[in-house]
Amino acid sequence: MSIMINGAAMSLPEDPRVSLLDLLREHHHLTGTKKGCNQGACGACTVLVDGERIVSCLALAMQYEGRAVTTIEGLADGNELHPLQQAFIEHDGFQCGYCTPGQICSAVGMAAELKRGAPSNVTGDLSADTIAFSRDELAERMSGNLCRCGAHNGIIDAIGATFAARPEVAA
Amino acid sequence: MTPFSYSRASDAADALRRATAGAKYLGGGTNLVDLMRETIERPAALVDVTGLSATIEERQGGGLLIGAATRNTAVAEHRAVRERYPVLARAILAGASAQIRNMATMGGNILQRTRCTYFYDDEGSQCNKRVPGEGCDAIEGFNRIHAILGASPACVATHPSDMCVALAALDATVHLRSAGGERVLPFTDLHRLPEGRPDIETVLEPGELIVAIELPPPLATRSTYRKVRDRASYAFALVSVAATLAVEEGRVKDVRLALGGVAHKPWRAFKAEDALRGQPATEQAFRAAAEAELAHAVPLHDNAFKIELTKRTIAAVLGELAGEAA
Ligand SMILES: Cc1cc2nc3c(=O)[nH]c(=O)nc-3n(C[C@H](O)[C@H](O)[C@H](O)COP(=O)(O)OP(=O)(O)OC[C@H]3O[C@@H](n4cnc5c(N)ncnc54)[C@H](O)[C@@H]3O)c2cc1C
Ligand code: FES
Ligand code: FES
Repeated sequence: MSIMINGAAMSLPEDPRVSLLDLLREHHHLTGTKKGCNQGACGACTVLVDGERIVSCLALAMQYEGRAVTTIEGLADGNELHPLQQAFIEHDGFQCGYCTPGQICSAVGMAAELKRGAPSNVTGDLSADTIAFSRDELAERMSGNLCRCGAHNGIIDAIGATFAARPEVAA
Repeated sequence: MTPFSYSRASDAADALRRATAGAKYLGGGTNLVDLMRETIERPAALVDVTGLSATIEERQGGGLLIGAATRNTAVAEHRAVRERYPVLARAILAGASAQIRNMATMGGNILQRTRCTYFYDDEGSQCNKRVPGEGCDAIEGFNRIHAILGASPACVATHPSDMCVALAALDATVHLRSAGGERVLPFTDLHRLPEGRPDIETVLEPGELIVAIELPPPLATRSTYRKVRDRASYAFALVSVAATLAVEEGRVKDVRLALGGVAHKPWRAFKAEDALRGQPATEQAFRAAAEAELAHAVPLHDNAFKIELTKRTIAAVLGELAGEAA
């Protein structure tokens, strides 16, 4: 029984009670992913599973056997930061940084959703193939990630600038 | 969490075999894992049903059959849903967050439990859903988010799902399977009103599995969902309205209306529909229909505002749909 984490096969716990979040942090010491509420409400624990963003605190690790998980530790290319990581620094997308790994993983997942034309709650025309890009769209799509420090404006700036300049992060 | 065993079902028959006494089915886990961590749910075994059908099939005549394991995101994103059932896409997209919708399944969304704070407060509060007969602290407590329709002296909790409100308005049916065989139920008959047994939330038999949700061909091309909440995103509904409306020569040819946030189950507004059929599609008629539906609403200490809010939301949504029709 194993799970791929940032490209490496890792063991799964025997106890089915272990969440994917605790597996990452406590068993494999990947502490980049944060535990905020442990109830699905804050988004600090957001990771990507086969490219889709989920909250790892409500995910039982065993349910994800054989799947490919990407955490914040898996986004940089060696010493080169992921474009979103760089943009969060440039646009003051954080203060304390606790929510940041979740924000960035969430934004990577969102990029793929935008690319395939997935609508959101603020999308006017549901039948359109492409999403008209706006601040409202980004804010709505990032609403599952709370920031206790109130860095939301910087967060949306960072994401908006990255998507505009580097549409390929949506790959 | 109380210890439990975990196994994965390969298909519906396998799931039924594995669902022994004390077992629960596991979808995305976004509600069940949370409730297990709070020890409100204590299943002895979890049978993972996310490997069951997750396809969206076209039905003859223009309907859709959606497998119970289909993720909420996949349904909201599906072409046919966006074009023929915008009310369903909108209701799903109005709920939870992108992360949670990526995990949540159709079956799990339908069977999610109430967000009543007294239900969640296992240690400090009395709740007839958790312990039948012990009493309900919400009735005399903080009950701003609680029911105004169909409640009972035993329970004033509401059903929290947005998606279910759309399914109620769309005349959906649920395909069920148990050891005894298969059956198909109107979606509006699945959930119960609390009466004396608020712990029994649906008419499902023990171990009965939701295998699919069927949408009949849409009544009208125009349908929508409006959710009123305390903040613009990522909050449960105070009140919500799902509606589909067909107007012909200025008159209401047909209408389907359902309400969220107001009752123990997704509330189909049959009285308002009856009051509207054949009437001129005007603001006055929409308001009168809303009055008819809410005539027997009963407010609690903190939620009387919901009665007027529901009426206004009904009238606004019907007005919006009628405006598009004109
Ligand atoms: C922070 C937060 C905010 C939320 N906000 C909203 C919101 O605004 N609007 C909204 O509508 N919802 C909201 N939700 C709830 C969310 O929509 C539900 O948790 C989700 O839909 C449940 O789906 P699931 O697959 O994860 O179910 P699970 O948690 O896996 O299961 C839920 C129940 O369904 C049963 N079950 C699952 N599949 C089947 C099946 N095929 N047959 C029989 N039984 C089955 C399980 O046994 C369990 O009892 C929110 C949740 C969270 C955590
Ligand atoms: S820790 Fe998972 S959402 Fe808050
Ligand atoms: S930067 Fe502190 S919580 Fe977001």
